[in-house]
Amino acid sequence: MDPVHDDAAGAPHPGAPAGRHDTAPDLGALLKRSARGDSTAFAELYDATASRVHGLVLRVVRDPAQAEEVTQEVFLEVWRQASRYDAARGSALAWMMTIGHRKAVDRVRSAEAATRRDLSYEQGNQTVPHDETAEAAQASLEARRVRAALSQLTDVQREAIELAYFGGYTHTEVAALLDLPVGTAKTRIRDGLIRLRDSIGVGR
Amino acid sequence: MSDHQQPQGWDDVHALVGAYAVDALDDGERERFEAHLRQCADCRDEVASLQEAAALLGTDDVAPPTELRDQVLAGITTIRPLPPLSHDASGGAPVELAARRRRLRPFSSSRLPLLVAASVVLLAAVGGLLLRPWAGTDEGPLTATEQVLAAADATRYEQEFPDGSRATVVVSRSEGRAVILTEDMALAPEGKVYELWLQSPEGTMVPAGLMPDEPDTELLLEGDASEAKAVGITVEPDGGSAIPTTTPIAVFTLDT
Repeated sequence: MDPVHDDAAGAPHPGAPAGRHDTAPDLGALLKRSARGDSTAFAELYDATASRVHGLVLRVVRDPAQAEEVTQEVFLEVWRQASRYDAARGSALAWMMTIGHRKAVDRVRSAEAATRRDLSYEQGNQTVPHDETAEAAQASLEARRVRAALSQLTDVQREAIELAYFGGYTHTEVAALLDLPVGTAKTRIRDGLIRLRDSIGVGR
Repeated sequence: MSDHQQPQGWDDVHALVGAYAVDALDDGERERFEAHLRQCADCRDEVASLQEAAALLGTDDVAPPTELRDQVLAGITTIRPLPPLSHDASGGAPVELAARRRRLRPFSSSRLPLLVAASVVLLAAVGGLLLRPWAGTDEGPLTATEQVLAAADATRYEQEFPDGSRATVVVSRSEGRAVILTEDMALAPEGKVYELWLQSPEGTMVPAGLMPDEPDTELLLEGDASEAKAVGITVEPDGGSAIPTTTPIAVFTLDT
């Protein structure tokens, strides 16, 4: 489906990660219409974001079948909660990714799946085809920016954030995994996120 | 809101902001931090900015199967989008309009539990349309507090104070949790805090959390309420106490 160019044109929704091409649909406007029950807008929202959300969910959950269930739950929740999105507090995409991350983490925690606990399990399941579109190229640009920002972090900050964000581990578990004194991982995570936020210029 | 005069254990509450933003708190920590968030605009702002940063970490695009799109679009036809939140003028946390109404006419009806129960039914109905039913361990979007209020066995115990303010304890034995709701409750004196207690079947008073410094609150008590005999409130020095040091200002004796 073609992304609509919903037109508060020029008014970059505070959401789009900087650097995202400006023909991207206005996700905030699509969310707003979704909140009013506009399923066409929601379908456009889905098309614009499903790959990104599913990519995150899959990376956390790892099992493709479970990841699909979680992604489905995420979008149903986005539909249900659409009115709760507040553009003043952040981007629409980040809001959706936050919901997706929470559900993915809840899933791996409740499942206690042995596969997830196996740290040797290869990241990025090879049976899942990657999206081969212009978006993927765009994504790699963003990925470079994020990698550059991550390189500003200390090793411990970066590892702590990655274990928490992609591994779904609690800060206490992260501390144990990194041999940090109990209670310090949360500080590393916070400091690292602040540095990431400031170096990537979120919300500018 | 002077969040940082919080009792011990909360001195480092800000340090949990990052872990919360990446869902790295365990369930208990998450609940307590969310209770704090409702009162702390600074933390809400920081959480929002850190979630924004964290969301950028996910840069892998993986297209879900096309059937998923059909299932999602079929699924939403059975789900009513929630109404918007209202923001109070003080810049506090957004509250649900339904909750606001309930607070204005507190304890007068059991409408909210019914609404919540209805949404549980709806979610269950939606679950039937999913690839697989919702996992048994998936709590859905209800918070622990809402689950207590919505529980079929939720029982309310109300007390009125001499100044007309009221406190209500809602206990669900099946959920094993208790919630306290207060209306217009006088704040604890300077340097003091209201501490909550659960009385164990053996009669021991077990600390169950500290009330926020607000006249109108809705707080999930810490600890297991599945067999508690009573809920008490005492006035304690800031930071709370391990055992009650004053005579309770209220005791809610629970039916067994």
